[in-house]
Amino acid sequence: MEKTVNQKAWFLVLPVLLLVAFSAVIPLMTVVNYSVQDTFGNNQFFWAGLDWFREMLSSDRMWNALGRQLAFSGIILAIEVPLGIFVALNMPKSGFWASLCLVLMSLPLLIPWNVVGTIWQIFGRVDIGLLGYTLHAMGISYNYTQDTLAAWITIVTMDVWHWTSLVALLAYAGLKSIPDAYYQAAKIDQASRWKVFRFIELPKMMGVLMIAILLRFMDSFMIYTEPFVVTGGGPGNATTLLSIDLVKMALGQFDLGPAAAFSIMYFLVILLISWVFYTVMTNLDRKGA
Amino acid sequence: MVDATAQIPGGATAKGQARRSKERINSRAVVMTLYLLFLMLPIYWLLNMSLKTNTEILNTFTLFPRDLTFANYATILNDPAWYMGYVNSLIYVVMNTVISLVVALPAAYAFSRYQFMGDKHLFFWLLTNRMAPPAVFALPFFQLYSSVGLFDTHIAVALAHCLFNVPLAVWILEGFMRGVPKEIDETAYIDGYSFGRFFVKIFMPLIASGIGVAAFFCFMFSWVELLLSRTLTTVDAKPIAAIMTRTQGASGIDWGVLAAAGVLTIVPGALVIYFVRNYIAKGFALGRV
Repeated sequence: MEKTVNQKAWFLVLPVLLLVAFSAVIPLMTVVNYSVQDTFGNNQFFWAGLDWFREMLSSDRMWNALGRQLAFSGIILAIEVPLGIFVALNMPKSGFWASLCLVLMSLPLLIPWNVVGTIWQIFGRVDIGLLGYTLHAMGISYNYTQDTLAAWITIVTMDVWHWTSLVALLAYAGLKSIPDAYYQAAKIDQASRWKVFRFIELPKMMGVLMIAILLRFMDSFMIYTEPFVVTGGGPGNATTLLSIDLVKMALGQFDLGPAAAFSIMYFLVILLISWVFYTVMTNLDRKGA
Repeated sequence: MVDATAQIPGGATAKGQARRSKERINSRAVVMTLYLLFLMLPIYWLLNMSLKTNTEILNTFTLFPRDLTFANYATILNDPAWYMGYVNSLIYVVMNTVISLVVALPAAYAFSRYQFMGDKHLFFWLLTNRMAPPAVFALPFFQLYSSVGLFDTHIAVALAHCLFNVPLAVWILEGFMRGVPKEIDETAYIDGYSFGRFFVKIFMPLIASGIGVAAFFCFMFSWVELLLSRTLTTVDAKPIAAIMTRTQGASGIDWGVLAAAGVLTIVPGALVIYFVRNYIAKGFALGRV
């Protein structure tokens, strides 16, 4: 759509600007402020320059958390994206069953995050949980509070349970926008199922799929509540992801300087990915217009 | 149509195709059943547990409650310490939804209709706030709202959640508004409508579904968030999600009540999900798709 140039439109966005500035810029400035200062209590602050950044960059703690975070995001993407596409391809196209599937699939997306954690915490328990009990009865040793591997499997399965539907719903929306004529043409050419997927469905889905991947990456990158409720970051530090580590540092130990430096570097990564996301979105808009 | 059927060589192939498509439908049903089963099992287990007594939960392993009890729900609904959690959550969630929509509506209109200085940068900046990890903001928010005397009030949580909900609302509404042809605006202005009257009388009814979807998502994201709402409250505005963690008393965890509380937090989402089922993907993808 051709847009008219109108500087007065600023008045319409002003409320948003003020509100988000209040809840984003002021706190962010506080963080920046802390990240360059040191304190010995009594509200006395000293200029510390970039020391905190240097310290954080050379400390194993942040790199380990980042490593675990990347591993987590990578694993869940590798499972959720193919599974989501697969589910979307198998969803009914219309009618009662399509509605039912949509409603049931959306349900996990709308559950409060700590309840998601609680559900899986219970579900995986060996004494009272269906999953833990069943595995135990089958003779598989499974204890997510003691065993690192079990803890990881639990939080990954939980995330797959929680968010695969998002990928599936987006892919489904993409699939539905493909005109019937494409499929008819493929039928006339006697294209195999794989070729239909590879040359018709996948390219047509690419845009929404990019959104789904980026959204899942971002949201998994700042995941906090669900793994925190299930494992509390343990056993040891095995499931201490970035956000969990940051909250531990900032609110648990009140190490303001390092936590702030950590926050800023965290935020810069987010900024970078947001930019990729934005570019994908605007490209998609242009294609749609 | 006659020509089309004639092109399929031989009746046997047609029959084979029919059989294959039937098989495909069956395999689709199997995939969807398995996936939905995977999604529903943990929820079923939570529901199952909420209807049992603690003795039954801990001592026997039953797939269905033997002696069905609603005592766990009664505990929650009769104890102000419990049910006020729901009231608190609802208060700040509704406040947040109203604030977000009121400021986002004009802004989304401006973004969808006009070009103005810095519009793209502003739009991108909003997106970064949707993507910002709450963990980064937890500590600064705590200090900001403490210093202005808003700590442990509903409005503090409502404002804090504006950080990600206002951008979300702006993006979703902009996505819906771009679907409304600009000629409608122009005709209305020629007919002598003022901007305010046009917006309320003509434009808002046109994007009513978009407003509904944006409201739903603001509600949802504020409802499911825990980290910020827990950090910003202690007693008076404590959300249900944070109260749930309190069931870990000295005498062990009250599993039945915990499960019942969990089930009750799923209810609001489950109630309205049917109405937004076709927009779920659009909402999660920030108004695109």
